[in-house]
Amino acid sequence: MFDEKSLKTIEQEQRRWEQTTLQNWLKSSPERKKEFQNHSDTPIKRLYTPEDAKALDYMRDLGFPGEYPFLRGVHATMYRGRLWTMRLFAGFGTAADTNRRFKYLLKEGESGLSTAFDYPTIMGYDSDHQMARGEVGICGVAISSLRDMEVLFDGIPLDKVTTSMTINGPAPMLLAMYVAVADKQDVSRDKLGGTTQNDNLKEFFAQKLCIFPPKHSVKLTTDIIEYCARHLPKWNPISISGYHIREAGANAVQELAFTLYDGISYVESTLQRGLKVDDFAHRLSFFFASHNDFFEEIAKFRAARRLWARIMKERFHAENPRSMWMRMHVQTSGCTLTAQQPLNNIMRTTTQALAAVLGGTQSLHTNSFDEALCLPSEEAVTVALRTQQILANESGVVNTVDPLGGSYYVEALTDEMERKAMDYIQKVDDMGGAIVAIEKGFFQKEIADSAYKYQKETDEKKRTIVGVNDYNTKEEECPIELLRIDPKVEQKQVASLQKLKRERNNKKVKETLEKLHYAAQKDENLMPTIIKTVKSYATIGEITEVLRQVYGEYKELIVV
Amino acid sequence: MQNMRKIRVLIAKPGLDSHDRGAKVVARALRDAGMEVIYTGLRQTPEQIAETALQEDVDVIGLSILSGAHKTLFPRIMELLKQKDLTDVMVFAGGIIPEEDASELKKLGIKEIFGPGTPTETIIRYVFDNVPERT
Repeated sequence: MFDEKSLKTIEQEQRRWEQTTLQNWLKSSPERKKEFQNHSDTPIKRLYTPEDAKALDYMRDLGFPGEYPFLRGVHATMYRGRLWTMRLFAGFGTAADTNRRFKYLLKEGESGLSTAFDYPTIMGYDSDHQMARGEVGICGVAISSLRDMEVLFDGIPLDKVTTSMTINGPAPMLLAMYVAVADKQDVSRDKLGGTTQNDNLKEFFAQKLCIFPPKHSVKLTTDIIEYCARHLPKWNPISISGYHIREAGANAVQELAFTLYDGISYVESTLQRGLKVDDFAHRLSFFFASHNDFFEEIAKFRAARRLWARIMKERFHAENPRSMWMRMHVQTSGCTLTAQQPLNNIMRTTTQALAAVLGGTQSLHTNSFDEALCLPSEEAVTVALRTQQILANESGVVNTVDPLGGSYYVEALTDEMERKAMDYIQKVDDMGGAIVAIEKGFFQKEIADSAYKYQKETDEKKRTIVGVNDYNTKEEECPIELLRIDPKVEQKQVASLQKLKRERNNKKVKETLEKLHYAAQKDENLMPTIIKTVKSYATIGEITEVLRQVYGEYKELIVV
Repeated sequence: MQNMRKIRVLIAKPGLDSHDRGAKVVARALRDAGMEVIYTGLRQTPEQIAETALQEDVDVIGLSILSGAHKTLFPRIMELLKQKDLTDVMVFAGGIIPEEDASELKKLGIKEIFGPGTPTETIIRYVFDNVPERT
């Protein structure tokens, strides 16, 4: 981006500066550390100059927002047009409890819903299953059947909100229930907007909430992508997730590379269904974490967009520019929150959220300051939402598109991030793809090593965590009020589930489950059958059990 | 001292949650500190945990849970250990466990509960200092 003559002058001047001003300064004030590094061990230089950006070709590498390679943003005007969607993950107790929280958040100005399900729901167990004991409604809302889903969205018009559902193994069942609720509300399917996480690959090495073996899990993921391409044009069938990869311990480069590799795998599995890449790629969405290292995170979001655009164009020959868009949701990093001095988490969340906004996210979840201790209280969740509103309305960072574009430092980091991620992608390609890498424990080992290294560095105080391994002088009583889940939730939920099982048309349930069993054996797209099955009020547990019989159950590969 | 056997530790994850980052880091730290560590993976039932403790003849059990189900699952585990006559095994725990629950759980015989942010060195030292002596 610079002519050779100016570069030469800058280079000479930099050498002069190093020998004079810098040397003199260092003599009296040495730097605090010998080496500075970001979280993925990239050495950080003292100063970045045009020298570091000299290989950049503006039109090839940056371009204009809304145009290939989308580095500067997927939309032409970014936040000058529309702010990002403020979407706070919520769910606890019974469907009625969470319905109240949803309505509260919408009233306070949230622009989209995001549902957290409890562990039994996530693992495909009904609330009355033995494995569900002690877990019902604790870490999310308990949904066992369409009856619960009707209560969850009671009074919320599904053509007016978009809903994100954090669900993977049982994603077909939950999406089917959402469609069934929409049918009852007379909302036509082409109006339904939202997202199912539905990213089963990352479950095997990051979030580890796996039900079926990898091959069948990818089949179900692909069923949803295919079904949505044909019937739910506004639904994001998948949120290809780096968040969990990062939270499990990966560094930023690994998060980026492994997420994009999962994306590549889903494009391939969907192409095998006979769809063209431009039929579905524009609905694929992504989900990343925003961790502590501010500029590294910004570089990651920007590199992710450019890298995905290049993959879609060069590897999959997409023609529609929208197929090359990487639209992303970002969540501030839960694992950076501390139980000690919990109010400090507000500051952590703020800088992480700012990185996401400067990185050009489409949607954002800010964590609540009490989340290292419990599920968010109403007070904490309000502060989290207000944090986003302050960034959007007071900070001024939304006034221009990609404000850090052209920064020598950020562009150099962005480049480096893309290059290192490509190396990993090549490596997994050579290995034979994502499922092989999972079966070999490759992703698992990479992540476990990074997690251990991070902890070691923290223990050895190479990494300072305020209030934990430094600045932690005073013994403190927990200064905040914690949300407690009503211990009667499990009892209530189990009672209402058992009532449903008595009162529904059990002959009909049996019939639909038998049809599902048959369809699963035939290897057809299961979505239409699952929609019929949930409408009979068959439960998540019953449906999952049928699929477990046909597909088998995943046995964890333990990699320490 | 040459023939002293290594301290045997079972790191177990009861509950449906899958946050195994802490369990794995602790497993590895104890192993690097010279202990024999058995990690059995996610979603172990109380019955499985007690049975493994018996079969593997462990001195110490570390339980990790972040799902909030500790109040249901930990008492059950302690009960089963008692039934199997494993009361001399030292049990510690870690995860997201609120202070007031922690004191309840200690009454059941769980020796120590480590919250988020605990250095691995603290846990290693604790195990060395509190491991029951073999007779």
